[in-house]
Amino acid sequence: MSVGLEVLETGPLSTVQDLGRPGLAGIGVGISGAADRGSLRLANRLLGNDESAAAVEVTLGGFAARARRDLTVAITGAPCPVTVDGRGAATNALVRVRAGALLRLGVPERGLRSYIAVRGGIAVEPVLGSRSTDVLAGLGPDRLSPGAMLPVGPPPGRCPVTDFAPVAELPADELVLTVVPGPRADWFAGGALDALLSEPYTVTAEANRVGIRLDGPELKRSRDEELPSEGMVVGALQVPPSSRPTLFLADHPVTGGYPVIAVVVSGDVDKAAQARPGMRLRFAVGRRRNR
Amino acid sequence: MRVLPCADSGLLVELDDLDQVRALHAALEADPPDGVTDFVPAARTLLLRLDPAAADAAGIEQAVRSVRPGEVSTQDSELLRIPVVYDGADLEEVAMLTGLTECEVVEEHTGTEWTVAFGGFAPGFGYLTGGSPRLEVPRRAESRTRVPVGAVGLAGTFSGVYPRESPGGWQLIGRTELRMWDVDRDPPALLRPGVRVRFEEAE
Repeated sequence: MSVGLEVLETGPLSTVQDLGRPGLAGIGVGISGAADRGSLRLANRLLGNDESAAAVEVTLGGFAARARRDLTVAITGAPCPVTVDGRGAATNALVRVRAGALLRLGVPERGLRSYIAVRGGIAVEPVLGSRSTDVLAGLGPDRLSPGAMLPVGPPPGRCPVTDFAPVAELPADELVLTVVPGPRADWFAGGALDALLSEPYTVTAEANRVGIRLDGPELKRSRDEELPSEGMVVGALQVPPSSRPTLFLADHPVTGGYPVIAVVVSGDVDKAAQARPGMRLRFAVGRRRNR
Repeated sequence: MRVLPCADSGLLVELDDLDQVRALHAALEADPPDGVTDFVPAARTLLLRLDPAAADAAGIEQAVRSVRPGEVSTQDSELLRIPVVYDGADLEEVAMLTGLTECEVVEEHTGTEWTVAFGGFAPGFGYLTGGSPRLEVPRRAESRTRVPVGAVGLAGTFSGVYPRESPGGWQLIGRTELRMWDVDRDPPALLRPGVRVRFEEAE
């Protein structure tokens, strides 16, 4: 294992992420992992890596690193201007970065989180089976800071089969997310679910890997008693006493004591992870899959 | 039993009490249905987390409903002894709330065996049940912003040990030097569902 990337700049937040730590909820450990899992998987597929290989999750661009040896990388997720030694490079495509070259990600014009995967995978030491940084639990590698040296693993046996993947454009102002009502829709007053499904909600500045606080119509409860804490899933719209929902993302708490009015379907959680403050979210009802 | 959907990411099984949760959890964990990635037990619910690409939610719900949970015995599970120095900041308050002397609070806390029911607050935190009913106290009216690692507390009918420094609202009665959470140890958490606990007053 040799150093592959020397981190020079991180922007607001850059972390190492893979597909997280499933199976440890009993001891209070959440899944964590890439907030936009589809984008991580795509970057790894492009490179011939296992889909679960670790990559760098860059929040709102501003990342720079120097290659310490010849690398092949792929950048997916929020489309940001990419340069290698000042020359433009494509996203969702294979990019060769020579030893000594400077890889730089500018601020994306849309979306929030970009992924830099490297052929061979980022090979920092795993913690409880994952290389993901869980910002809520304080587990996994430290968030990246300038000077961090990121090792890269041996190249996988597979060769990349394509050097470009077409990707749908991220919306700029408004995002529609499919939800399934429940598990605790019956804890809310009549009209609350209708409000959630008919009015837009705005992404506030309080948005991070744990969740997105939303602003919009109040979702009033019909039951005032305390809900005994219960297990939470990614995509849950939990409604705290403010009566405005929080949409849980990758580092959400394992359990929570406020009712969940509806859950965003798994396929749309990745889209939610790309929503930036100020954006409008609309929720539409969908059928539960597999039923 | 009610089975509530969490979109395609989970099934939340609502039960009458903690004993039912533990019995269903034990039965399902012994033979997990395909597509279930994780179980999250809590006071009155068991969440089954699903792999949306692999899980057949209807089939899993059917499997959950047809389980005939057996009696859960914890007699043969591991017993953990936790030495505690009983000098917590809320010991006096707990004595007042329970009508016991401080010395009696310690006797009640060390006098019975507790069992880890479930986790969830933080990695390595376990909600301990089965202790003395005389120790039932509400959470503090105001949460502390900083509870030290190893603090031993009470809330409702539960007891617990803070696995690391964190905010917290439990009534603190003591502290232990035992490291409840260590990612470099296997297992990292000493308090796992089912583990029996005996608190002992440290010399």
